[in-house]
Amino acid sequence: MRYLPLTPEDRASMLATIGAKSADDFYTDVPKAARLKAKIAGLPDHQGELAVERHMTRLAAKNRAASAGPFFVGAGAYKHHVPATVDMIIQRSEFLTTYTPYQPEIAQGTLQTLFEFQTQVAALTAMDVANASMYDGSTACAEAAVMAARVTKRKKVILSGGLHSHYAAATRLLCEAQGLTVVQLPVSIDGEGELAKSVDGETACVIGQSPNVFGTVTDLSGVANAAHDKGALLVSVFTEVVSLGLITPPGEMGADIAAGEGQSIGNGLNFGGPYVGLFACKDKLVRQMPGRLCGETVDADGHRGFVLTLSTREQHIRRDKATSNICTNSGLCALAFTSHMTLLGGKGLKQLAELNHEAACELADALGAMKGVEILTPHFFNEFAFRTPVDAEAVLAMLDEAGVVGGVRASRLFPGDHLGDVIIAAATECTTADDIAAYVAALKEII
Amino acid sequence: MTTYYTKDHEWIRVEGDTGTVGITTYAAGQLGDVVYVELPETGAKFARGDDFAVVESVKAASDVYAPVSGSVLEVNSALTEAPEKVNEAAQGDAWFVRVKLADAGELSGLMDEATYTAFCEGL
Repeated sequence: MRYLPLTPEDRASMLATIGAKSADDFYTDVPKAARLKAKIAGLPDHQGELAVERHMTRLAAKNRAASAGPFFVGAGAYKHHVPATVDMIIQRSEFLTTYTPYQPEIAQGTLQTLFEFQTQVAALTAMDVANASMYDGSTACAEAAVMAARVTKRKKVILSGGLHSHYAAATRLLCEAQGLTVVQLPVSIDGEGELAKSVDGETACVIGQSPNVFGTVTDLSGVANAAHDKGALLVSVFTEVVSLGLITPPGEMGADIAAGEGQSIGNGLNFGGPYVGLFACKDKLVRQMPGRLCGETVDADGHRGFVLTLSTREQHIRRDKATSNICTNSGLCALAFTSHMTLLGGKGLKQLAELNHEAACELADALGAMKGVEILTPHFFNEFAFRTPVDAEAVLAMLDEAGVVGGVRASRLFPGDHLGDVIIAAATECTTADDIAAYVAALKEII
Repeated sequence: MTTYYTKDHEWIRVEGDTGTVGITTYAAGQLGDVVYVELPETGAKFARGDDFAVVESVKAASDVYAPVSGSVLEVNSALTEAPEKVNEAAQGDAWFVRVKLADAGELSGLMDEATYTAFCEGL
């Protein structure tokens, strides 16, 4: 099939009509200095379909699928089982063009799915209201910070030392562009408690994470009290949504805004994205919430129906005064989330969470029993940090040669913080006893 | 007690050095059903022309601008629970804030009722 629909004659005729000699004439406004002088060295010319396919196949063979062997990477992206049913549902033609609708009420099925999604997210986080999703966990976190600044009319945002560094980076980027001050507390494996001491009368919000980037599960209710005493908000962040099947959710710890990543439910690793950001808040803050929001109503005949609601917060109506410049949501990933969550139900989620925690406990017991290995995370869900007697980068490279993807080195997330011997490892329901045995056997050869 | 009007369709009723501020009946009619009013906090200070409140209808969300400089003495918190009052009594019960005027001289830049009525007829 041709994918360049214009013939040379078409082009010549179009150029003649507008009085241009060639397509290059369209770019005369681009300064000469910014234009390429010559072809880029090493960049091959166009190729036939067969040659491109052969090339891409060779490149793809360099990837190693997470399912190809023992795999212990977490730190924000988790390998979970996605039932075949989820793919079946999201590929149905009725959902195939799932997207945030511009003439929304015509797509009742899409809206109902988003409404179910919001209901699930609100229930999981124990918050009053959730939106129809954000791009991912990190942007949800960043949006929560600027929302807190709008609500409190204050300009200071305090980040926990246990917040995922990518979330912190996204938050800094958005906050600093809006003239907010971001205070980053020193990196800490078990330091969410430090957040409470850092709040002052100028603080818009404190952002804590549980389980944090090192896997530490923390009770943030003390932080919530400290924040509320000073008129500030608590933003409670999570990267592993499955944890909410077992641990106390943000709402029950007194969080004003919950922001996190939903990839773990229904979505594969997807090379790091697209993912689905979960965002929920207390009812009284709903008008400052970013993103699309789906509501339930009745039509003129009294039948149940769904609408996009509170759109006046959004950019297409409120322009520069909008609560956010996000005008969309992660429709397909949210659909996958809702499909899987619906299959699981509350009981299924709890069981899934228990499987994850058990796998992580077995991994920690096995690794912790090895000479020279120290488990650093005091209370964890499905991932934890541990110290090795050898440099973590070298350990992971050697594990890799043995076919074991052993985790994420902490120094990759926090360079310069003297964490060179720390590895963050995750286990999920996909982790088998053989996987753990392979990890121990390979590590024994190294340390 | 005199009522003044702005081109942005706010009214201010002045008594001594305090004024009561709201949006006009014409503005409420243009907005349609009002569903939410966001009010400032007591004590907040505004310069003339600053946006100090937001009124949201089923059609749009609009800023409400301060007709004169001043500080907020009192807000009409009844509007938070019953925003539809803005449609029922825009220039009566549905006032937004009471302010302490910073400079009564600013009032001379506003319209009186007859001028405002003519202004609206010309729109």
